[in-house]
Amino acid sequence: MSHGALSGRCRTLLVSAVALCSFAAQARGSELFVSNEVDDTVTVLDGDSYKILATIQTDQRPRGIVETLDHKAVLVCDGDSSNVDVIDTKTLKVTRRINTGPDPETLAMSVSGDEVYVSNENNALVTVIDYATGKWITQVPVGIEPEGLAVSKDGRTVVVASEETSMAHFIDTKTWQVVANVLVDTRPRVAVYTPDQRYLWVSSEVGGTVSVIDPTSHQVVHVINFDIPGVDKQYIGPVGVQFTADGHTAFVALGRANRVAAVDARTYEVKQYILVGQRPWQLTFSPDRSKLYVANGLTNDVTIIDVSSLRAVKSVPVGRLPWGIAVVP
Amino acid sequence: MTARHAAIRVPALLALALLAGAGNPFMAAAAGGISAPRTFPIVYLSEAYPEPGIMPSLLETHPADEGLAGAREGTAEINTTGKFLGWNFKLYVEIQPAGADVAAQTRRLFARGPLIIVADLRSDDLLKLADAQAAKGSLIFDMRTIDDDLRQKDCRSSVFHVLPNQAMRADALAQFLVEKRWTRWFLLQGPTPQDAVYAADVRRSATRYGARVVAARSYDYNPGSRRSDTGYQQIQTQMPLATQIGSDYDVLFVADETDLFGDYLPYNTFAARPVVGTQGLIAAAWTPAFQSYSALQMQHRFELFAHRPMTERDYGGWLAVSIVGDAVMRGRTVSPAGIRAYLRSDNFLIAGFKGQGLTFRSWDQQLRQPVLIAQPLMVISLSPQSGFLHPGNTTDTLGFDQPETQCRMAH
Repeated sequence: MSHGALSGRCRTLLVSAVALCSFAAQARGSELFVSNEVDDTVTVLDGDSYKILATIQTDQRPRGIVETLDHKAVLVCDGDSSNVDVIDTKTLKVTRRINTGPDPETLAMSVSGDEVYVSNENNALVTVIDYATGKWITQVPVGIEPEGLAVSKDGRTVVVASEETSMAHFIDTKTWQVVANVLVDTRPRVAVYTPDQRYLWVSSEVGGTVSVIDPTSHQVVHVINFDIPGVDKQYIGPVGVQFTADGHTAFVALGRANRVAAVDARTYEVKQYILVGQRPWQLTFSPDRSKLYVANGLTNDVTIIDVSSLRAVKSVPVGRLPWGIAVVP
Repeated sequence: MTARHAAIRVPALLALALLAGAGNPFMAAAAGGISAPRTFPIVYLSEAYPEPGIMPSLLETHPADEGLAGAREGTAEINTTGKFLGWNFKLYVEIQPAGADVAAQTRRLFARGPLIIVADLRSDDLLKLADAQAAKGSLIFDMRTIDDDLRQKDCRSSVFHVLPNQAMRADALAQFLVEKRWTRWFLLQGPTPQDAVYAADVRRSATRYGARVVAARSYDYNPGSRRSDTGYQQIQTQMPLATQIGSDYDVLFVADETDLFGDYLPYNTFAARPVVGTQGLIAAAWTPAFQSYSALQMQHRFELFAHRPMTERDYGGWLAVSIVGDAVMRGRTVSPAGIRAYLRSDNFLIAGFKGQGLTFRSWDQQLRQPVLIAQPLMVISLSPQSGFLHPGNTTDTLGFDQPETQCRMAH
């Protein structure tokens, strides 16, 4: 296991190097990569001017999108084409396609960056892929319509939320066995660890709630409800969840309520509802975390929220049915 | 369709009642320590009703396993959740031969106690079953009927209705038409009692939403020579004749619940007007073309399972079984009385690919739900339409709301 420990140390060094790089790159401006589900494209926006730099053709039905740890590539799931497109962030071209098995909805990178975890929505599987070779390491059977993936900071656990089964499944990355299943409210979409790793938040789109799970005891310790004056309860569909770096505030995209909730992550009180475009699902921060980007599926735009003032600053057009956003510094 | 299905002995819920107190299944499952799964029986009850004869369109088929395939797929899905929580749902299939008295023939099933029944029955059989002494204490999930009466004067406290009833469908279409400003309707009514009910619903919808029935006509279509070579010529003369009226209108609203002639109307009307209602542009809980709100994944799963498209009746079966699974696993209750209480509570909410949680109306135990507006190949819209408001739940703008209900349910 000394080898593992060594690579762990290297990883720490690598991460700090990346952090330095990201500050250096910040001066040149970051870039947003937005997957457009019905256009079969990824829109690339300049992180300062929010002008469209490129529209990249992908395979069919691009949804889940993440950047690699070294920021050299952005990976996007092509649900109807059974693969992941690898986009080179320098050339803005698709340079590689990785076979994922049927209907990949979303994906996550392992802590080391060596592995890609893909949720196969139609097959009730999580496929684990070696990023360098594209070879499948294993497939883990989970609940029906698996979607959101979360990776614990220590790399030991991958959590997947299955929409139809309404569960968060905890997968041990040593044995690739499901070690716990936690029932949450109806149709969970996204799972995210709090920055201090003490809790896992799981959003339930139809249930209209966010479940806060203790990842050690696998118990739901709190359920967050949303109540927006003048908005019918049935339109509140929580999906994307993001935490500020200090873990004090969580942002939850509320789908057809057309709002993002800013939640005090310690008291679970909603501090503010921020009006954005229609049907926001996924959201992500700018590299310095001063801005929050929200993909609005029905208005075909991205809303930029100023994190300190909790105000929507502006919305910029992208492709049709924008689904997810990756940000490269 | 007279194949006699072997009756399968159904274990009673008695054993389950004993299990109910045996600790919380969730705790054991969460700890990963699943021992022997508990079995929960669901009875699928149907009759091999005679086929309606030749359908106007060759594309309109009635698969032999219609409804049942949906219930089976639903059972497989709740068992996926059950696998993680230590539950095993078993679907016992009981199909009576055509013409059987379902209530009388199934009396033996209840010998050992009340049951959870997913009923793929017509309204008269459903009502007889609900009123049978043997079925007292059982819970019936109506996955098939759309009859208004079963939600009104013939409502029963043991019956939960899954599919939208006729009045909900008429209202769903009416809202869409009003939103389009197509508010002058010509009502063409077929000969059956169900057609009369639907025609009354259409008039009610017009009053509710500010449309007008500018003309109404009854039409007693005699299906003579559908399949002969001269069929088209016949239709091409009959339909314009049936639809030639003095007043102008925006849409022809057809009430033909048994598919006798409605599908002949589009493009055969005297005036160039669209056809809506029971044919043409319809209101439905499900069509094989629906793909929004993850319905696409459901269509894929069903196709893989049954090797054919998913019909509305299949959806009814899938949804009924899903509701039972939710009550047992999320509601943590196994007795019929406990399940009923859970389904009527604020804690119950089921996902049915409509973009919002679905719940039961307490006054008639009808599932409140958005309704699809669809033509054969495409879903056009989803009602309630925006702008149709309700102080409680906007989906209660469809069908019989609490103040209007005629249901007097014995609790």
